[in-house]
Amino acid sequence: MPDMVTLSYPSPSSKPQQRQFNPYSENGGTILAISGADFSVIAGDTRQSEGYSIQTRYAPKVFRLTDNAVLAVNGFAADGNMFVKQVRQRLEWYRHAHAKDMPLRAIARLIQTMLYARRFFPYYVYNILGGIEEDGSGAVYSFDPVGSYERESCRAAGAAQSLVQPFLDNQIYFKNQVALPGHPHPQHLPLLTVIQLVIDSFTSATERHIEVGDGLEMFIVLAKGSPLYGVENIAGVQEMTVTNEGERIFVVRRNLKRD
Amino acid sequence: MDHFPTNWGRPRNDGFDAYGTYPIAQRPYNGLGNDVFSEGVQRTQQPIVTGTSVLAIKYKDGVMMSADNLASYGSLARFKDIQRLHPVGTNTIIGAGGDMSDFQYIQALLDDLMVEEFTEGDGDGHALGPGEIHEYLSQVMYARRSKMDPLWNSLIVGGVKDGKRFLSYVDLLGTTYSASTLATGYGSYIAQPLLRKAVEGNEDNITEEEAVKILEQSMKVLFYRDARSLNKYQIAKITSDGVAISESRSVDTQWSFADGIRGYGAQTQ
Repeated sequence: MPDMVTLSYPSPSSKPQQRQFNPYSENGGTILAISGADFSVIAGDTRQSEGYSIQTRYAPKVFRLTDNAVLAVNGFAADGNMFVKQVRQRLEWYRHAHAKDMPLRAIARLIQTMLYARRFFPYYVYNILGGIEEDGSGAVYSFDPVGSYERESCRAAGAAQSLVQPFLDNQIYFKNQVALPGHPHPQHLPLLTVIQLVIDSFTSATERHIEVGDGLEMFIVLAKGSPLYGVENIAGVQEMTVTNEGERIFVVRRNLKRD
Repeated sequence: MDHFPTNWGRPRNDGFDAYGTYPIAQRPYNGLGNDVFSEGVQRTQQPIVTGTSVLAIKYKDGVMMSADNLASYGSLARFKDIQRLHPVGTNTIIGAGGDMSDFQYIQALLDDLMVEEFTEGDGDGHALGPGEIHEYLSQVMYARRSKMDPLWNSLIVGGVKDGKRFLSYVDLLGTTYSASTLATGYGSYIAQPLLRKAVEGNEDNITEEEAVKILEQSMKVLFYRDARSLNKYQIAKITSDGVAISESRSVDTQWSFADGIRGYGAQTQ
């Protein structure tokens, strides 16, 4: 009898029900970095959220690693904090072993290795590393959660990546803009222009994305011996480095809308 | 022949092929995953006996925290005299929501830690403050989530050390943050907006009496709307003078309005 046959099989719904613990969460926010000829700007908003709730209005996502490297992390905040903690420990060990700070491109490769080591239980974090290369040029490296990376001159990541990156493509790479004959687009933009673009990116992202807002934290890394370009006159600017011998790092904080 | 004298006269571990006598493919495997528990290890998949919201604010003299005395078993109000605020050392209090057995484990963990770190007399000047307790807890919570065996709690750590107020959160995922007002569970939806309105920007002006009022009001609103709450709660304060946890108390509630509202009182139609 056909009925008997079907009864002898367990129906799909009679399988033991298993609820799986989800070790990840998504904490919103956006990060952004732009490099110039002899500087690099790394920025992030300071809101941390989960779902529709704001957890706090001030949780930094951008961290000074050395005098010439700044790391921005976005994604799952617990993974992000742990990752920064471990990168910093490796950099400290490097300093003890070699009596100098790790160069930027080496930090970038270190981050790739550390991310890929967790290929099968990834840090759910998008990283953007900004700073000054050994040749004195400004640099930005961007990573995916499992360590793929490349050097670029500008990158946005996080909740409002899809809002900010096209704006940057247009304003930094001059995509869809036709240069006037005899007036080619510039290779690099001046620092104050870049800073203004960063601020505009975040105020716009705050308007259109609910997970972005509260505060903006912007790190400016200047190459060794470079002029200040007027950074010292920006309202509320604060220097992070103690000497002006090598590279110098400044931080600028701005309020963003809190709604 | 075993060339290690310390092994002579002791039983052999036949599970370990010391001399590589088997062909590689046939070596007995006695590592992890091959034991009797490999199929049956149970990790915390869900909280069982649970506590609801914890609220905390910064005020003029320090930090104030509140949590009710209920530990629920699903929708059953199972234990009605549970303390969910726990002092750690002389200037820290932790408040817990979520699984109460996991919380009791955390209490034991912290008590052991304090014994380990104890120094006689005036101490060595390195007594653990709220910042250190929070860092320790967040590392424990993150390590357990990474083992896929979480401690199912939302914890708030508050305290005062060296004249500085500290207030931070950590949960089962290892997520951390600090702010001048914090709330866990239902409180994060219902009480947090009230707390922010009352406290944000006023942290240095709110007196102890005002702080108590703010928390009482929020606990009352939570009791009206959170079905897993109890009108019996405690308030703890941490100031530079140390920690103080109040006796259980309650607020006056008014339910006469409910009679006329469909869905609250008896249905008239």
